[in-house]
Amino acid sequence: MSKLRKSSADSKWCRFVNWVNGTVEENKKEESAKDQISVEEVAATVEKQSSLIDKVGNLEGETALNQRLDQFQEKGMRFFHGSNKVMSVMICLIVVGVLLYTVSFLPEFGDASSPINNEVSERYITKGIQETGAVNIVTGMILDYRAFDTFGESHVLYVAACVVLILLRLDVKSKAAKKDENDELSVEESEANDRIYEPKNDVILQKVATCLVPPIMIFGIYVILNGHLSPGGGFSGGAIIGAGLILYLNAFGFKKTGRFFTMNTFKTVTFLSLVGYAMSKSYSFFTGANHIHSIIPLGTPGDILSSGLILPLNIFVGLVVACTMYGFYALFRKGGM
Amino acid sequence: MDMIKIILLLFLVGCAIAVSCTKNLLTSIIIYMSYSVVMSIIWIILESPDLAITEAAVGAGVTSILFFVTLKKIHAIKGEEDDVETKKK
Repeated sequence: MSKLRKSSADSKWCRFVNWVNGTVEENKKEESAKDQISVEEVAATVEKQSSLIDKVGNLEGETALNQRLDQFQEKGMRFFHGSNKVMSVMICLIVVGVLLYTVSFLPEFGDASSPINNEVSERYITKGIQETGAVNIVTGMILDYRAFDTFGESHVLYVAACVVLILLRLDVKSKAAKKDENDELSVEESEANDRIYEPKNDVILQKVATCLVPPIMIFGIYVILNGHLSPGGGFSGGAIIGAGLILYLNAFGFKKTGRFFTMNTFKTVTFLSLVGYAMSKSYSFFTGANHIHSIIPLGTPGDILSSGLILPLNIFVGLVVACTMYGFYALFRKGGM
Repeated sequence: MDMIKIILLLFLVGCAIAVSCTKNLLTSIIIYMSYSVVMSIIWIILESPDLAITEAAVGAGVTSILFFVTLKKIHAIKGEEDDVETKKK
C-alpha cells in the first residue's frame, strides 16, 4: 500500500523537475526565510525550555524507562506472534505422533485373532439369516438383535429436534407487529421478508429441482424398503428423503412445502412412528430376542415381505429421520415449519 | 487398487490440512463436503456400503447444508438479502 502524500510538492518527481528547472534554490530560500525566527522568540523559548527542564528533570528518567518498556513490550509481542504459529504446529505434530504410536498397538486390519472376532460376530454371521430372515446382515443386526439401540437412537433424533424447536422457534403471535424504537424491522416483518426472498425464483435451480427431486425421493423410498435385502436402511434412506425435501424447499419456497408439510404433520409423523416402533418391538426388549416365538413369519430370505418386523421398523426409522432432517433445516432457516 | 487407496487417503489428509488453512468459511465447508464424498468411496472399498450411503447423504448433504444456513444466519455469507435489508433500512 502506498501512503498518500500530503502534497504533490513533496513527491520525488516534483523535486526532480524542480531540480532540473533550477527552482530548488528558490524554494529552499523561501523555506529558510520561513525558518528564520526572530531572536526574541528564540530567547523566550529557551527560557521556557530551561524552566520546564528544571521542573521535569526528575521525569526524564521515567520517560526513558517508559520508552524502553514499550520497546520491550513490542519485542515480546513480536516474539509471541512468531512463536505462536511454531508452538501450535509443534503441539499438533506431538499429538499426531502420540496418536499414531497408540494406533501401532491396535490389532491389524483383518486379523483373525483380534478380540473383535469373538463368538458374537460368528453367531451373527452364521445364524443371522436363519434367525432374522434378512439378507443384509447389518440391518438384521441393528433392527433385530439390537433393536433396542436403534430405538434409543431414533429417540435421540426426536429429542434433538425438540431442543432445536425450543431454541429456534419464533413465537410470531406474541411478538406480533412490535416495532423496535430504532425503526428496525420487527421479528414478524423480517421473517416475512425471509419468506418472500426464500424462493429466489432461480430458474436454473427450479428446473434442476423438478428433474432431481422425484428420483431422489424414489431412491430414498427404495433404500428404506429394501433395507433388509440391499445396503441401506432407515437412517440412510431417511437422510436421502430429507435432503430431497430440503432441495425442494430451496427451489420453491415455504409456501409450496407448507401445503404438505407443516408443524402438525411433523409432530404426528414423528410421534406415531416412534409409538409404532415401541409398540411393535417392545415385547422383545423384555423377553429377550430369542425367548418368545414371533407370530409374524420370517418368510423366505430375499423377498420384500420377509424378515418379520424389520420392514415396518425400517419405515418408522426412515420417517423419523426424514422429518428430523427437514425440521432442522426449516427451523434454522425460518424459525418454523 | 492399492494405488487408488493410497491416493484417496492422501487426498483425505490434504483435505484435512486445507480445511484448517483456509480463512474463508465457505471454501472450508466445500472442502469438508469433498472430504465426506471421498470418505464414502473409501467405505465402499472397505466393503461397508451401508456406511457409504449414510456418509454420502449425511456428511456431504445435510450437515453441510446446515453449516451453510448457520453461516447465512450470522451473515458470514454476503448475499442478496443483506443488500435488500440495508437498502430498506
